[in-house]
Amino acid sequence: MSATGAATGAERIAAAFAGHGKRAALMPYLMGGHPSKEESLAAGEAAVAAGADLIELGVPFSDPLADGPVIHAAGTAALEAGITPGDVLEICAALAPRVPVVLMVYANVVLADGPEAFAARAAAAGAAGLIVPDLPQDEADEVRAACDTAGLALVALVAPSSTPERVAAIGANARGFVYAVSLAGTTGERAELPPELSGLVERVRAATDLPVAVGFGISTAEQAATVGALADGVIVGSRVVRAAGEGGAAAVGAVIGELAEALRRG
Amino acid sequence: MREREFGPYGGRFVPETLIPALEELERAWIEAAADEAFTAELGELLRDYVGRPSPLYRARRLSERLGQDVYLKREDLNHTGAHKINNALGQTLLARRMGKRRIIAETGAGQHGVATATACALMDLECVVYMGAEDMRRQRPNVERMELLGARVESVEAGARTLKEAVSAAIRDWVANSGTTHYVIGSAVGPAPYPAMVRDLQRTIGDELREQVLTAVGRLPDRVIACVGGGSNSIGAFVPFALDADVELIGVEAAGEGVATGRHSAPLATGARGVLHGAFTAVLQDADGQVLEAHSISAGLDYPGAGPEHAWLRDEGRVSYVAVEDDAAVDAFKLLSRLEGIIPALEPSHALAWLLANPNPGGVDALVLSGRGDKDLAEVLAR
Repeated sequence: MSATGAATGAERIAAAFAGHGKRAALMPYLMGGHPSKEESLAAGEAAVAAGADLIELGVPFSDPLADGPVIHAAGTAALEAGITPGDVLEICAALAPRVPVVLMVYANVVLADGPEAFAARAAAAGAAGLIVPDLPQDEADEVRAACDTAGLALVALVAPSSTPERVAAIGANARGFVYAVSLAGTTGERAELPPELSGLVERVRAATDLPVAVGFGISTAEQAATVGALADGVIVGSRVVRAAGEGGAAAVGAVIGELAEALRRG
Repeated sequence: MREREFGPYGGRFVPETLIPALEELERAWIEAAADEAFTAELGELLRDYVGRPSPLYRARRLSERLGQDVYLKREDLNHTGAHKINNALGQTLLARRMGKRRIIAETGAGQHGVATATACALMDLECVVYMGAEDMRRQRPNVERMELLGARVESVEAGARTLKEAVSAAIRDWVANSGTTHYVIGSAVGPAPYPAMVRDLQRTIGDELREQVLTAVGRLPDRVIACVGGGSNSIGAFVPFALDADVELIGVEAAGEGVATGRHSAPLATGARGVLHGAFTAVLQDADGQVLEAHSISAGLDYPGAGPEHAWLRDEGRVSYVAVEDDAAVDAFKLLSRLEGIIPALEPSHALAWLLANPNPGGVDALVLSGRGDKDLAEVLAR
């Protein structure tokens, strides 16, 4: 189904997760403006053509505390090339008619103009939601209210270290989907999936009726298939960003095609 | 706006992964601070190992020149040469109590890294210090000191390769390793409970100062003056005077090449609000919310944020924040060396420079001499 002007971000996200039966949704992460504004838009289009169900689009930030070396370097390169949040919103606007776009943006960028202003700009660019990795539950009320008003889903994150009380509170306030961070650490490719992953997904499922997507440390087709059997969505970041840097849109399309095929096979 | 620890300022703007670790740390700190055995052990170390209380010295020739009494709180005489050891010892003692055997820290000029490496040697804890590659080049002797003390110094290559990136690298390490590791943050910055915990560990400066001035002159000082980077020596000095309405509190930031040039380290004096390293506070940033690089001759003040309690004290009007340029700080560095035979660090040289430009004839001022200047000789002599 295509995005319509009437649907809220949460509804478009829900449709994207529900659109393919039992297969898990594939959500690649791309750094907005990396390796250039044009190439990152082309990479997003290639990702959609190759089977991405949602796009997580990163807004480059000077101090990305949740990111490992690959995404950090991509963001730094984008900033050095002069990419602004406004540029990333233009990329978002170009992709949004074809696929739900969730912006991954750090808190200070959201707060710089006030959360209402940022949420309104993001909504006007067609974004379906925001992921703010340094805005935990305890600090999120103001931004969530601004997103609700603008029709955006503020996606909440759960970590393996989250206590049962926190998982319950995060689930109760979640919008769109819940982002389960697979491991203690920053983004980046890992050789092995963490062994406690299925337990984490079960804990999150018990706290919400929304889809649960897993990210951090997933890069190979085998890992994606394993996670896809547990969760409703699979988020792949550093592997895709690395492909965009090394081989542009064609390389991104190839990686996404391989991951989508692995999810279809299950 | 939401109420945080310091009016609208403070909070925990960090990945969810770290929240349970911060909650654990807050509980552990409250318990330790109320435990007589813990405070007794820390007090004994501060006395016998650090050399506290640090002296209050009436600067004879400086007082004569300015026509007033200037009292210097001699944190430069502490073991390792600065106030940083007060915090580093307290936090490593807390980490040992919490069963964390691995310590990480960030450092700019190296003073906090040396203090943390020192405390870890004393308590037999593993120590990793993150330091910007550019700072490692500029501060080679402190890198060697840390390594001699048994620490591993990790070079940080991101961004301008200075303090801001070193803090970010330490936070990323902590996100991955908080189960086994304590992060000894070096200033009154970062997510809660750090700003309040570091303040509590540094308030020994102000508690001693208040009593020492009362003993020396029979009354409180007119002004307490301290430099502010992240703001740990200053918050420690100011807080015991917070309710003494007649005592003026002056925080001196680094104006670098001049506030008007944009190349400075004065987030409090220039007014911006934002999130840096886990706290909502005063931050140098552009209109998009990108954090800007700070500029100062003093590596210890070369940081684009200040602690959240300072931002609140500014808004409340309790502390006045001013800024002093590199050149004036260097002049003050040289002047104190010649007048008093005390070589100050470049950081408190900013506070001295403000006092020289704004004397208080016939009055009594106290100034925190937060560290000694040996580390800065090359920087000053090269100018």
